[in-house]
Amino acid sequence: MTTLLRLADVNVYYGAFHVLRDVRLEVGAGEIVSLLGGNASGKSTTMKTILGLTRLRSGTITFDGVPVEHRSTPARVRAGIASVPEARRVFPQLTVDENLLAGAYTRKDRAGVAEDLERMREHFPRLAERRRQEAGTLSGGEQQMLAFARALMSRPRLICMDEPTMGLAPRLVDQVLDEIARLNRELGVAVLLVEQQAELALSIASRGYVLATGEIAVQGTADELLRDPRIQEAYLGRSTA
Amino acid sequence: MTETQAATAQTVAGTAIPPLLSVRGLRRTFAGLAAVDAVSFDVAPGEVVSIIGPNGSGKTTTLNLVTGAIPADAGEILLDGRRIDRLDPARIAEAGIARTFQNGRVFGALSVADNVAVGLHTTLRAGRPARRLSTWFLLRWIPLLAELAVALVPTRAARREQARIEAAVAAELDRFGQRLAPRRDDFAYTLSYANRRRTEIARALAPRPRLLVLDEPTAGMNPSETAEVLDQLLQLKAEGQAILLVEHKIDLVMTVSDRVVVIDGGRVISEGRPDAVRRDPLVAEAYLGRRRGKA
Amino acid sequence: MLDTLIAGLLHGNAYALVAVGISLIFGVTNVVNFAHMSVFGLGAMCAWFFIADLRWPFWATLAVVVAVTGLTGLLINLLVVRPLARYLPIAALLATYAVAQILDSVSQWVFGPRVRPFPEVLPTDDLHIGLMRFGTSDVVMLALTIAVMAALGLYLKFGKSGRAIRATSQDPEAALQMGIPVGRIQHLSFVIASALGGVAGVFVALYTGTVSPTSGATAGLTAFVAATLGGLGSIPGAVIGGFVLGVAEAFGVSLFGGSVDDIIMFAILILVLLVRPGGLLGRVPVLAPEPMTGTFLGRGRPIRLGRWGLVAVLAVGGVVIPVLGSRTFLTIGTQVLIYAIIGAGFTVTAGQSGVIALGQAGPIALGAYASALLALLAHWPFWVSLPVGGLVAAVGASVLGSALWRVKGHYISIATLGMGIVTVAILRVAEPLTRGVYGLYGIPTPHIGGLALDTPLAFYLIDFLVLVGTLAVVVRLRSSHLGRVMSAVGSDEVAAYASGIRVRDYKALAFAVSAFFAGVGGALLAHQYTYIDPDLFGLTMSLLVLTIVVLGGVNVPFGAVIGSIVLIGALEVFRVTPQLRVILYGLALILVVRFRPGGAWVRRA
Ligand SMILES: Nc1ncnc2c1ncn2[C@@H]1O[C@H](COP(=O)(O)OP(=O)(O)OP(=O)(O)O)[C@@H](O)[C@H]1O
Ligand SMILES: Nc1ncnc2c1ncn2[C@@H]1O[C@H](COP(=O)(O)OP(=O)(O)OP(=O)(O)O)[C@@H](O)[C@H]1O
Ligand SMILES: [Mg+2]
Ligand SMILES: [Mg+2]
Repeated sequence: MTTLLRLADVNVYYGAFHVLRDVRLEVGAGEIVSLLGGNASGKSTTMKTILGLTRLRSGTITFDGVPVEHRSTPARVRAGIASVPEARRVFPQLTVDENLLAGAYTRKDRAGVAEDLERMREHFPRLAERRRQEAGTLSGGEQQMLAFARALMSRPRLICMDEPTMGLAPRLVDQVLDEIARLNRELGVAVLLVEQQAELALSIASRGYVLATGEIAVQGTADELLRDPRIQEAYLGRSTA
Repeated sequence: MTETQAATAQTVAGTAIPPLLSVRGLRRTFAGLAAVDAVSFDVAPGEVVSIIGPNGSGKTTTLNLVTGAIPADAGEILLDGRRIDRLDPARIAEAGIARTFQNGRVFGALSVADNVAVGLHTTLRAGRPARRLSTWFLLRWIPLLAELAVALVPTRAARREQARIEAAVAAELDRFGQRLAPRRDDFAYTLSYANRRRTEIARALAPRPRLLVLDEPTAGMNPSETAEVLDQLLQLKAEGQAILLVEHKIDLVMTVSDRVVVIDGGRVISEGRPDAVRRDPLVAEAYLGRRRGKA
Repeated sequence: MLDTLIAGLLHGNAYALVAVGISLIFGVTNVVNFAHMSVFGLGAMCAWFFIADLRWPFWATLAVVVAVTGLTGLLINLLVVRPLARYLPIAALLATYAVAQILDSVSQWVFGPRVRPFPEVLPTDDLHIGLMRFGTSDVVMLALTIAVMAALGLYLKFGKSGRAIRATSQDPEAALQMGIPVGRIQHLSFVIASALGGVAGVFVALYTGTVSPTSGATAGLTAFVAATLGGLGSIPGAVIGGFVLGVAEAFGVSLFGGSVDDIIMFAILILVLLVRPGGLLGRVPVLAPEPMTGTFLGRGRPIRLGRWGLVAVLAVGGVVIPVLGSRTFLTIGTQVLIYAIIGAGFTVTAGQSGVIALGQAGPIALGAYASALLALLAHWPFWVSLPVGGLVAAVGASVLGSALWRVKGHYISIATLGMGIVTVAILRVAEPLTRGVYGLYGIPTPHIGGLALDTPLAFYLIDFLVLVGTLAVVVRLRSSHLGRVMSAVGSDEVAAYASGIRVRDYKALAFAVSAFFAGVGGALLAHQYTYIDPDLFGLTMSLLVLTIVVLGGVNVPFGAVIGSIVLIGALEVFRVTPQLRVILYGLALILVVRFRPGGAWVRRA
């Protein structure tokens, strides 16, 4: 498998606070990789760094073999990275449809966009019902669906998803995870997935990394991680519950 | 009024205790869409009641109505038998309902400790002289100016009260062990998502509310962190704290709740003890989905 | 009747055309662009130059105006708005005001300041309805307004980049993640809006028949209010707002005379905002959305002086400077101190309760006039009239502001701007008492016993003591529970309300506290100048106060002292000319915000 995204020795600071320490991470083309870690371990910061929303102190980021750490966020998106941001970040005063179309901003093929719009409505009937509602008035879970669907609208090669199932009802969690697996299987989209429900995430991922206070503490295949006792205790809540 | 009171008194699980919170025929529409429709339920003192339901079923809206954040179109809400559905959020907070918000609303420009201290605003007596006038036109300037005066030149009682607040804040932060205490002087905006949620819960709990209203308190937490919150909720329950909880994590809901109310499309579709609700086929279909429905 | 209406509509049309640009820029960058009025003036002057001087044909001139003003807009965004807005939108607003001053001075320097006739390139008097005469130029202007409104409105609503523009204004960081080139979109909007402003300038000059380099200023303020009235960001709203104000003004002036112009305008604005807090066509959500949970801006921590630092500052300010300072130095010092008093008090409103008020000159004027009149008419001693001046300012500002507290964000800013202007307009109109535009003179200086305290040294010491008192009060307030409550209100109103905090009451209280210190500062000014008139208390003074506070850190009382030293002291000591001064204000702002976005007295987090 060829490497699609590679982070090498990435360091990020908030002021004097060292948030990411020498992070190394790879996502292969067509691979689902899960990024785990406790609260405040730097998962969201990693995602923002990949998208160019935080400044890199040192290290390199390559996408598809090309260094992108000096490229702007829109340039990275044009190159094929999409994002489901933490806490959704839908455009509150745009309607549901407009949000979806904003997701397709980088695309030129109108027909394809219309087709995808239709598909999103099929997958998420609630979004079809509310196509003219302002996104800011949607319920939390509805906004989460919208953020997910919006990211798909750009036909990306890699999607960075920061807790895409947060606030979703159990049934929809399943549906979204199925959808991620399907996208990956059928369209070969690579996914970097931050997900609190580690077990669910690892059930569709092939590999995973565990961040602890800004460092990659453990990495391995999904099965290895699921069996790792340290991880069972810290993130799966086995022994605590 | 008396009729409803009599009616509600009977409903609480066969006991004679009047309910703490009683919601009757609550309704709210947005542009023709009924987000909450004829919703009724009770919370008894010391009881933990959860509201579950699919996304967009009206859970958050229900909480917003109960806490007065948005006005209801129809229906009654009673706290201790007193109508509160026409009151503004501040009055409702003073009546003893404290809440958290689904996405988290901390005061970013305040430190973690100050966030919690602000939660104690309704409990201030010496620091807010003549506060009974604060709902009166023009007269409200009397408590405002008095509060200003006490802030600048504290009376002895106000100083004692302030010390009590600091102690309460420390106790509240300790509840979360090492999660919040080391960051007590950091600005809330620098916290990670889950820590903001914890700060918010601490702020809501600080005034020892009669009813604690939580909207998805464990969103953004992993299973072991969720288990931590579960322990805290169980402890609160043991202390006799009444809680109205909205949550999608079904295991937590089943463990902590005395009763569960299921809503879909703004209407109550099932209500009862957790195990009974879980077996309800309607619930499994509308809400749980295949992986958990069978479990 | 009918002719008043038509005159109002014609005037309103001009306002509408300017307001559209303001609203467009606001809609994209969330920045209120004060430079827009100068761009408008620049357009008119350019047209005059090309038509009257170079004898170019009208349509070619119009093309030049579009190019020049569009380019100016691009430069404004590139050099000023974008670098600042990224860190602190309010700083961008203040800087655009500096840009406006710069553009006006440049234009005066290039073209000369006089008012001159504008050539009648289109007939302005060839048509009539009944007795009311108007011209082809008016019809063309109306058609232009409607075309612009329709085109822009449709483009924003349905066009792909229009959608991107709106997305950008709602959440720039999320817009970037959609691949929207936020920077380029903002540049584009500035170009479009500024070109429109330039063209509007030409037509308004045609309509009034005269131009001067500062002709933008008068129409500009009304256009702001029009854009706010209609709902900031709404293009049709801006047009409606323009017409409403034009007509109201025409009727108001024909009924009450020209002096009530501003009062009428802001009265309408406030009435509308009371009924519709988001303007005529703007909407406010049922529940204010939860604040973004993404990266907050590094706000940083205020620098702590420490005990010895404090002693040192007190010693330098209270002993070294009074002993060593020359008369001129001390005179400058009094200015610095007075603005520091006003600014430190203002941090309660701007920093803690989060209300960026743009009309602080209002309470300053109230305090100054109250104290001066009490001394002049009732012969009250300075020591009594000084605090009473503060009280009058607090009460007056609270009464004028009482209706405003349900209005939020930029709307409250523009409404307070109006309050400031209305306060001064009232002082101007209340002639029997205030002697109107002639001002008050012979205001007595302070005395102790028989000793007149009229030397710079005495003034300096009085001001220094008042400043120390002010800082003590403000710092104390800040560390009290009440202070936390006020900051909570500024952080998140919905959460504060749910915690049992009556949000509006605490905003009103914060505003009253700030107004009190503004009034005290005003009273000090009055007794030291011994002469005051309404023009002293204009928009420039309000913005100067805000700039001082932003420069030092909106949340840092001591920062106001730093801001005041930089903006008042340094520029005064180096005898900077007024024109250059504005440029330096802007520059100082840009530098501070760039390197210390939280303010000069705030360490970056
Ligand atoms: N703007 C900021 N300024 C200062 N510190 C910050 C800022 N944003 C985040 N941090 C800190 O950086 C660390 C990592 O934060 P990040 O949001 O990446 O964590 P996370 O792993 O996504 O946590 P969560 O699971 O709670 O979302 C945290 O300690 C947080 O407090
Ligand atoms: N201001 C509004 N305007 C229009 N529709 C609204 C508004 N507020 C809420 N709704 C709709 O009302 C319904 C109920 O929303 P609510 O937020 O109560 O859902 P919820 O049960 O909390 O869902 P979730 O689990 O996703 O948080 C949703 O379909 C939402 O789109
Ligand atoms: Mg995160
Ligand atoms: Mg909800």
